[in-house]
Amino acid sequence: MSAFLLRLVARRVGLALLSLLLVSAMVFAITAVLPGDAATEQLGQDATPEAVAALREQLGLGQSVPVRYAHWLGRLVQGDFGRSMVSDATVSELLSSRLPNSLRLAAVTAAISIPLALVLGILAAVRRGSWFDRAVSMGTVAIVSVPEFLVATIAVLVFAVHLRWLPALSYASDISSLGQMLRAFAMPVLTLCCVTVAQMLRMTRAALIDQLEAPYIEMVRLKGATGARLVLAHALPNAIGPIANAVALSMSYLLGGVIVVETIFNYPGVSKLMVDGVAQRDIPLVQACTMIFCAGYLVLVMLADLCGILANPRLRHRR
Amino acid sequence: MPAIDVKPAAAPKPRRRTRRLGALGLLGIAILAGWLLVALIGPWLLSGDAIGAAQVFAPASSAHWLGTDYLGRDMLARIVLGARYTVGVALLSTVLACGTGILLAMFAAASGGWIDAVLSRALDTLTSVPSKMLALLMVAAFGASVPVLVTTAAVIYVPGAYRIARALAVNIYAMDYVAVACARGEGRLYLMVREILPNIVGPMLVDLGLRFVYVVLLLASMSFLGLGVQPPAADWGTLVRENIGVLADGGVAVIAPALAIASLTIAVNLAIDSLAGRRGRAR
Repeated sequence: MSAFLLRLVARRVGLALLSLLLVSAMVFAITAVLPGDAATEQLGQDATPEAVAALREQLGLGQSVPVRYAHWLGRLVQGDFGRSMVSDATVSELLSSRLPNSLRLAAVTAAISIPLALVLGILAAVRRGSWFDRAVSMGTVAIVSVPEFLVATIAVLVFAVHLRWLPALSYASDISSLGQMLRAFAMPVLTLCCVTVAQMLRMTRAALIDQLEAPYIEMVRLKGATGARLVLAHALPNAIGPIANAVALSMSYLLGGVIVVETIFNYPGVSKLMVDGVAQRDIPLVQACTMIFCAGYLVLVMLADLCGILANPRLRHRR
Repeated sequence: MPAIDVKPAAAPKPRRRTRRLGALGLLGIAILAGWLLVALIGPWLLSGDAIGAAQVFAPASSAHWLGTDYLGRDMLARIVLGARYTVGVALLSTVLACGTGILLAMFAAASGGWIDAVLSRALDTLTSVPSKMLALLMVAAFGASVPVLVTTAAVIYVPGAYRIARALAVNIYAMDYVAVACARGEGRLYLMVREILPNIVGPMLVDLGLRFVYVVLLLASMSFLGLGVQPPAADWGTLVRENIGVLADGGVAVIAPALAIASLTIAVNLAIDSLAGRRGRAR
């Protein structure tokens, strides 16, 4: 790896860190500064002035906003997200019990949906205009343009109600066998796969078609290359950047956008925790969840960009 | 992305495609117009006895075309009343987002220099928070009410509108007629309103449609989570949430509002596809 490439990578990582810092400032501003005085808010209007003053003292509201932000950020960096306002546990405890569930769901979905979307997307791009391409395009437009809860609803109707293959709304907490695990995972994973495959497939297809229309592909055709070689050796490497981006976006969707799916299927993941936190206006919990999701999102987008940089031979040599 | 490639050999094919899309596009526009009409005058079309029917989760019948909901209310009436929230709130947010985006973009393009750089950077930061996260954050901080939801959706979709409008505006700004106007001594406001705006309104309308779909989906999801429009008001996402109990039986009370959302978003997508004349650009 050349020094130039290394510098590009370092710059991209730095940019991601800077974004994360800005995001943290924004999260702090929206949750802790804009809504007004947290102590009055928390205690209600009937609170005595002494109680409000005591809580203000305890929450450190007497200090200026930048100081409070610095304190908050300092604790965040050390992994201390504070104490939940609703339950007695610390936010870290709540998160650590839920995060593995969400990650497991995301991992299973990713393992199924990424290969599926790439293969279907490439096939659709290669057979552009065929009945297969049209069917796939119609299907993905339909899925992308309806809310996830509708996809989940239809999935439940088809697979649980009519076909009776799967339980409609179930998450067994005591999973002992592989079969039970598969049954518990089936509906959420199926729904998530539908949505992520549709997103990735559309972008993969578009990126590859862009390349297939480029003049250099015509040149490759004139030289006699056909079929798999044309697509895999010539067009695909140039489409890796956008495809990696599509995958990253879909995976970040898996981290954050599973909100609806986790709620429908009553799956004990982080998103469910966050939705409950929002409903109860448990600010420390919401702050922590948002920061985790945003960090995950930024990391994924950064990885996608790095893929694009590393896959681009033009950047390997300094001009 | 270039809109059309000039390839003489491929000429007949696109034409056929445009015509077929035209029919679908018309269908989309018709459905969209229908829902707008329902949102506008729907409440006056309903008869008064819609509320307080006897049976809970009644199936579709001549008295209740779409059956009744979990409290025995007429589903058709609920959907007609919900159209106002789903279509109205989303449209308001979209117009706000696109309007703000266009204004900022024109300002950035006409100003250039550090103003442009700062605006672009600041709005880019906003996009590094996933849209639903930002919505949840706003609702956690300010509570769920229609003004908060409108503002939230608008804030979330300003950066996207800004980016597209800025790209368009910067191109227009480089045109000779803008240089002529500059040489005449016209001010920044004149350039924005008379030279740039008329030239970016057309493409931005397509973008407005796309963003409308995103806003509808976002707001429906928020309502579905119980964090959107609050009862007794109900948009279609709320209706799905309220009646999710009959999902396992395939009840019409949960399917009808879900289909209403799907018909709205798919109709807008169809209309955009035919207007933009190009498929596969909807994301």
